[in-house]
Amino acid sequence: MQDVNWTALIIFIALFGFITWLGFAAAHWRKGDLDQLHEWGLGGRRFGTIVTWFLVGGDLYTAYTFIAVPALAFGAGAIAFFAVPYTIMIYPILFLVFPRLWHVCHKHNYITPADFVRGRFGNRWLALAVTITGIVATMPYIALQLVGLQVVIGAMGVGGAAGTFASDLPLVIAFIILAAFTYSSGLRAPASIAIVKDILIYITAFAAVIVVPIQLGGFGHIFAAVPPAKLLLAVPGANTTGAYGIYATLALGSALALFLYPHSITGILAASSGRAIRRNAAMLPGYSFMLGLLALVGFFAIAAGVGAMPEFAAGFKQFGNNFAVPALFLHAFPSWFVGIAFAAVGIGALVPAAIMSIAAANLYTRNIHREFINKNPTDKEEAQMAKWVSLIVKLGALIFIIFVPTQYAIYLQLLGGILIIQTLPSVMLGVYTRWFNDWALLIGWAVGTAAGIWMFNAANWAPNYPLVIAGHTFPGYAALYTVILNLVIAIVLTPIFNAMGGKPVDETAAADYHA
Amino acid sequence: MDEKTHEHSGWSWWYLLLIVQFVAVLWPPLYNTVEPAWAGIPFFYWYQMLWVIIAAVLTAIVYFATEK
Repeated sequence: MQDVNWTALIIFIALFGFITWLGFAAAHWRKGDLDQLHEWGLGGRRFGTIVTWFLVGGDLYTAYTFIAVPALAFGAGAIAFFAVPYTIMIYPILFLVFPRLWHVCHKHNYITPADFVRGRFGNRWLALAVTITGIVATMPYIALQLVGLQVVIGAMGVGGAAGTFASDLPLVIAFIILAAFTYSSGLRAPASIAIVKDILIYITAFAAVIVVPIQLGGFGHIFAAVPPAKLLLAVPGANTTGAYGIYATLALGSALALFLYPHSITGILAASSGRAIRRNAAMLPGYSFMLGLLALVGFFAIAAGVGAMPEFAAGFKQFGNNFAVPALFLHAFPSWFVGIAFAAVGIGALVPAAIMSIAAANLYTRNIHREFINKNPTDKEEAQMAKWVSLIVKLGALIFIIFVPTQYAIYLQLLGGILIIQTLPSVMLGVYTRWFNDWALLIGWAVGTAAGIWMFNAANWAPNYPLVIAGHTFPGYAALYTVILNLVIAIVLTPIFNAMGGKPVDETAAADYHA
Repeated sequence: MDEKTHEHSGWSWWYLLLIVQFVAVLWPPLYNTVEPAWAGIPFFYWYQMLWVIIAAVLTAIVYFATEK
């Protein structure tokens, strides 16, 4: 491994030190009793439009995003740009569905999507399905944030050869910092740090998009360096929708799945009003623009030729295409700026990891522990349980990343998207209508989940499945196909189960869904 | 805060405006070309980036139109 890049490292540590202090100080921000679950787990629901923008943005634009999207562009080309239509489509979904969820959750003190499903449909097993799905889908995602952190730490030359204790030590230290301030401050910690993170990310992204193209001689030169086969989507052959189908279904499926993740919902429920959410739906596209720029950074890395440079060979060997962005920054920027850029990515790992672990903890505490184990916890017991679970979840992710090859974390996260989208009928449609029968929804969920796992396996642990209908092939994101199957089953079974009797239970009222 | 009768109870025709951005990006054959390029950037890329901006504007319009 290369020598330690001391300048970058010192700046990196300084910025990390700052956000560590901030994470602990955040406990006093918009002060509340952190022994109450909604204070610890939702920041007391006091985050206005601007803070919500940072928090939700911090959720959506993670370290993994910043490393993996350009890595995909670097390796596979145009297909990586699906991230842009994906982000274009998430905002109408946010705008239409989630203020309603906010209102009903606020009215009934629901903290998790499973709380909502339990109240809306009166079925604890459906709620349990939503809970387990949420926890299972989140875990690999947390692990992947640590991967993003690992890559930039390695790029600074810290740590010994891969797999030794020294190479894992920085990650362990980061984990301890993360665990400590999350435990003490709850959601306020990542919310406050998200502000710093976003400022750093914006600085880094804009510098990258302005400085690097100038260095490389302009966009014309950059795109000319991309191999033609990767520059555009491959035109599909006969009888198949080919890359077009994959591109569109990846974008749409990912857009539908995104806000179903517990950490996205946590960020939304922490807002102070439905209006803050709607405003954000108009403002968050600022992040989309940045994501498009980041995908292009993958092309900058191609044009700069970092893949062939000997000083980066070890990095690419250890981290694969994920090393493209760090290599480009090391190549193009002075060391002090590299420290800032890597700190941006590293902090960009801690923020979503914190929110994800809080979201998973909220789910366990409310929807498994309180539902099935201890039905009457005091507020303090509830918050304490969530704090412990959040710690355990992060520890699990750390152990996973240290001992399991990174590639498995990536596979599991891809599968996670396919799993979480199965909660769409209960959660997203549930805020608009009670029409569905709860058992029909549960069976739809089960079939969608099973089909998704089957498709994922059949495609060799890949998210895109080649669906064949009447001699035509439709390769596409399994998440989209299986949620359609899920919905069809729920629609077909609902009238049948309703006819079999049972009065629909619903503790919410129509007025609860809007101001 | 949502004071007074701040109704967002259901449908508004303005919401249809939000479908426009779905249609614009979900049909790749429409924009999977290099030409017309702009500032050296192939159409495929600048078209989608442009739609990020347009979509933000459309969402803002719908927000103001439906906010009472």
